Amino acid sequence: MALITDLGLQALQMFLVVVIAPFVLGVTRKVKARLLRRVGPPLLQPYRDLWKLMHKEAVIARNASWLYRVVPYVVFAVTWVAAALVPTYATGLLFSWSADLIALVALLGTARFALALAGLDVGTSFGGIGSSREMMIASLAEPAMLLIVFTVALIAGTTQLSSIASIFVSAPPGLRVSLGLALFALMFVGIAENARIPIDNPATHLELTMVHEAMVLEYSGRHLAMIEAAAALKLMAYFSLIACLFLPYGMAMTDKSQTAIAIGIASYLAKILMLAILLPIGETSVAKMRVFRYPIFLGGAFAAAALAVFLLFVSRGF
Amino acid sequence: MPSLSFDIAHLLAGGMLVLSFVLLYQDRIIAVLNVFAWQAIVLSLSVAWQAVAQDAPHLLVTAAVALVVKGFIIPTALHRIVRRLEIHREIEQVIGGGPTMLTGLGLVALSIMLVAPVKEGVSIITREDLAFALAVILLGLLMMITRRNAVTQIVGFMSLENGLVLAATGAKGMPLVVEFSVAFSILIAFIVFGVFVFRIRERFDTVDVGALDRFRGERRDHP
Repeated sequence: MALITDLGLQALQMFLVVVIAPFVLGVTRKVKARLLRRVGPPLLQPYRDLWKLMHKEAVIARNASWLYRVVPYVVFAVTWVAAALVPTYATGLLFSWSADLIALVALLGTARFALALAGLDVGTSFGGIGSSREMMIASLAEPAMLLIVFTVALIAGTTQLSSIASIFVSAPPGLRVSLGLALFALMFVGIAENARIPIDNPATHLELTMVHEAMVLEYSGRHLAMIEAAAALKLMAYFSLIACLFLPYGMAMTDKSQTAIAIGIASYLAKILMLAILLPIGETSVAKMRVFRYPIFLGGAFAAAALAVFLLFVSRGF
Repeated sequence: MPSLSFDIAHLLAGGMLVLSFVLLYQDRIIAVLNVFAWQAIVLSLSVAWQAVAQDAPHLLVTAAVALVVKGFIIPTALHRIVRRLEIHREIEQVIGGGPTMLTGLGLVALSIMLVAPVKEGVSIITREDLAFALAVILLGLLMMITRRNAVTQIVGFMSLENGLVLAATGAKGMPLVVEFSVAFSILIAFIVFGVFVFRIRERFDTVDVGALDRFRGERRDHP
């Protein structure tokens, strides 16, 4: 019986993220439109888009290989696993031993690799340029991400997300510059990875500087639906990661009573909603960057993360 | 387990180091001046905290001097210079942003490694302050090397001096006489710099020190 309850709680976490991911995307779009004094699409529009795309014919280029058909499903599956690994409303769930930060980075890297291959597959110039830029961003963002992982792991003494969250709540690490720098770097990396302004514009469909949209330009129908859902899930994964590492308050820890879980879910939704409102505010206050300035933007994130690790070494007394 | 007092000292000293990096990263002149003012303010907070933590009231004077001279007077004067030179909208060509940041990180690692062997007779706060101060000094030097605009080179020099004050307060403070003479020499140096910048400008119509190299005939590739 206990096992069934545990499985149920784990399944709840897995389906929670996939169900609310399009809604969170809808919130960011709505807030952004309101900030620009437009009405904006309804909050449920991303669900309708996915439904519509699912029922449309998938047009596939004549020279597309099997890779092109498989990649959307691979990307969706891998991103879903990544988003479901991050503890959302509770720690210490049945599969939380697998929720490792390094595994998370590897999963997201796999999804990106598959998508970049698919962008190259058909052989159009846009797909190629998108893939090449995506790889450039990844080569700059991943070192920064790994340094963030090191920082958090050095403070908490583990790379398991669930344990990190419970350690941060039960034994607060105090006032730490390193954690602040890590949060700052994680926000930069998240912006770059999720193709948001100033790195990429998520609202564009034909522009010379686009990155993510350029890669998926050839996709249509159910394949495009999978990719869009995966993009929403990736945003969720980063939001959940920030919430889990830096705001782990309110999560259900050891006691798994109904009230604790209800508080956990409510606080999780509140945190995600707050991040979903803050992101477009940040986005509307900056201008899109030139492609050649990406290294400087992400170099800032890398420097911040490296500095966080260094500061940690000093304060730990070597 | 580090105490709250240590955490705040760590936060302020670490904040100075972070601001040093921001100085290195930033390429708009007005923003550079503002960041420099912030660094001086954080420095004075850090010194004031040391005064409370070490129970050394004379450090409060140091903090006040740092706040007034470097937090307000020098940045305001630099703002006025920049406006009079009409370069306040200029975006400086920083030589190799990426390599500069990497070099800066290397310098921070170097200063931490250098201070690491010092173990006997010093508290962990002192050691940490020394490591951060050395890093701030080296980053100020790096900024002076990589910038080509005379005004930002001055800012590099001033932030180097911020590092010196941080080092001195970590080591049980320095005598007040020394403190005042340092503050005055900084002011004098600043006046000399100011005059010098205007002379460069008069002579070469620019404050880009690359013009000096060309004048000496050291670099003929960019006429």
